[in-house]
Amino acid sequence: MQKKNIFILFVIFVLALGATFYDYPQGWDKGADYLTEKIRQAPFAWAKQITIPHFLNKPYVLGLDVAGGAHLVYKADVSQVPFGDQASTMDGLKNVIERRVNIFGVSEPRVETQKVGDSWRLVVELAGVKDVGAAIRAIGTTPYLEFREEGVQPILLDESRVVEIKDTQGFKATNLTGKYLSRASLDFDQTTFQPTVQLQFNSDGAKLFEEITARNVGKRVAIAIDGAIISAPVVNEKIIGGQAVISGNFGLDEAKALVSNLNAGALPVPIDLIAQQTVGASLGESALARSVKAGFIGLAVIFIFMILYYRTLGFFASVALLIYTVLVLAMFKTIPVTLTLAGIAGFVLSIGMAVDANILIFERIKEERRKGKGRTQAIEEGFSRAWTSIRDSNVSTIITSLVLYTFTTSIVQGFALTLLIGVLVSMFTAITVTRTMLRIFLKA
Amino acid sequence: MNIIGYRKIYYSISAVVIIASLFAVGLWGLKLGIDFTGGSSWQVRAENMDVTVVTKVFNDNGITNVIMEQGVGNERTLRFQEVTEEKHQQLATQLKQEYPDFVEEQFSVIGPAISGELRGKAIFAIIFVLFGISLYIALVFRQVSRPLPSWVYGVITLFTLFHDVVVPAGLFAFLGYFKGVEIDSNFVVAMLVVMGFSVHDTIVVFDRVRENLKRVTGKISFEELVNKSMLETFARSVNTSLTTVLVLVAMLIFGEPNLGYFIMTLLVGILTGTYSSIFIASPVLVDIALYKERRG
Repeated sequence: MQKKNIFILFVIFVLALGATFYDYPQGWDKGADYLTEKIRQAPFAWAKQITIPHFLNKPYVLGLDVAGGAHLVYKADVSQVPFGDQASTMDGLKNVIERRVNIFGVSEPRVETQKVGDSWRLVVELAGVKDVGAAIRAIGTTPYLEFREEGVQPILLDESRVVEIKDTQGFKATNLTGKYLSRASLDFDQTTFQPTVQLQFNSDGAKLFEEITARNVGKRVAIAIDGAIISAPVVNEKIIGGQAVISGNFGLDEAKALVSNLNAGALPVPIDLIAQQTVGASLGESALARSVKAGFIGLAVIFIFMILYYRTLGFFASVALLIYTVLVLAMFKTIPVTLTLAGIAGFVLSIGMAVDANILIFERIKEERRKGKGRTQAIEEGFSRAWTSIRDSNVSTIITSLVLYTFTTSIVQGFALTLLIGVLVSMFTAITVTRTMLRIFLKA
Repeated sequence: MNIIGYRKIYYSISAVVIIASLFAVGLWGLKLGIDFTGGSSWQVRAENMDVTVVTKVFNDNGITNVIMEQGVGNERTLRFQEVTEEKHQQLATQLKQEYPDFVEEQFSVIGPAISGELRGKAIFAIIFVLFGISLYIALVFRQVSRPLPSWVYGVITLFTLFHDVVVPAGLFAFLGYFKGVEIDSNFVVAMLVVMGFSVHDTIVVFDRVRENLKRVTGKISFEELVNKSMLETFARSVNTSLTTVLVLVAMLIFGEPNLGYFIMTLLVGILTGTYSSIFIASPVLVDIALYKERRG
């Protein structure tokens, strides 16, 4: 029995130690570098080769209000898009916006489409973006779809001289743009069953397209959105009537993406900024530093209280609380949980609540002792009798966090998730970890 | 210690606080922030910002109603109607001309569609938490029947929940009226956490009553049994709240000032919740039992 407990505790400590380095790899890395240097000073040839590896460094996912950046919500006006094409067009629009925001050097831009009731929304999150105004301007313009033909692009230097500069992509502009394209759709070749993309031009577009295809038989015509080439099929023959088919060796996903992109450029989907939140990076940084500091102080105050009030038991509860903290942080990294300010507050709050189970158990143990039970027996009874209270009281917090997670938006969800993880992990550390330690160290 | 015996005093304290809170909410209402009404909130920093200068810049841009709030140090929060991004940039440029060290720290605009949605979601979340908790209480106390039916425990738990939510609401009605403090999504979150906590506290006390009802036999009145249960859980109730309160106080003093009101809501709600679980929930339980006894 005792051997088994020691083994469990050993596993828990190894886990906690691993979690500590996972949470804070800089600590491991410093030690590793120091040791590597020391070993290499040894007078053996093989020692020179040794490098102690750095610890796995997975960054925390920081929310907008911590990392700084912009959260933009756009309402997309899809009234001019046929109902069946709306989802696909929104996907195309999303691709366009993703390409645009990538230019701003944001580490992980997030662009999402959302359907709220009957209306479509585009949510753009740019963590750490410097010039929000420029990003908003770039996102807001309607995507520009154009057809290009092979050749060199003439560039007007001033009114007297036109210099031809070879376009890096080898294509030059034509008059045919997105406004002449009625729609694009996905189809399948009757004989080969390969996916194809159908283009339908309006009457003006059909004429322009006929001219372009006439002079480019055997050459490629490129389709570009915002200046980036997304497809460059070869023209087989002059196409009259404004119906074209792009066939080729593309897979279904590729064909779908092309259709979405074409529709996003063809069908006018004006977007309108309906909400934004922009946080300066310096504000987020100091807020994070303050929150972490407050968390450490809170933790220290609980340690002091628990040890003063419950003495030995309190010491073990503090160790369990420390294990709780490193495990929860490791889960935040792994899942990953986006850490917003409110989320960090939720986590710090959960530290205060995590000792709750320990207090319940310790009060029980005291009671059992007062009844004249021996220490070992009192401890066991304390744990088993406190269990229903712990379970019942935590369920209400679990209900609250689940509801919050389901019915709210991102910032609040961060709080709900951290609180939920906190409650679940605390039940493990406060019960299993503390009990194992008490069984080993307080054996009468 | 006889807590039940002095219950009239605790009832009076709660009655005064609840009536004052309800009065504050009824008279002044809660001041809704841009999360729920739509509008712009702009946290900026510059030395010696003057309200008349700032107001003039806004007026020149056709924005008549702008409120400037003092933050930490040189920080100011400006609240005004919903504006476009161009207008925002224009205002920033003009304020930078007035104050060379002008820095934008945070800017939020919420349009009417989003604010309406957030309002709806907040109400929904409150209803679902209440519903979930009620169901849970019914489940937990389903086996208790003597001397009071289980639904009585549930109703009292919900009453203390109401008690604990009304107090911070009253405080914010007061702060809203006198200091212009607005409530946002975070306030709703804090209220929901307070609800969870309130029920959590009350359940622990009632849980002990339930256990003692099963275990303790012999000549002990219900009143004595409840008092005994309360004393047994007293240290626990105080200590668990104390650890949470300590953490919250640490966050209030050392943490992010932007979350100050969020933390304050939690603090007030949790303190009220601890009070009501000890001094209100169980005494009410006893009074209902006595009332039932007298009626036979």
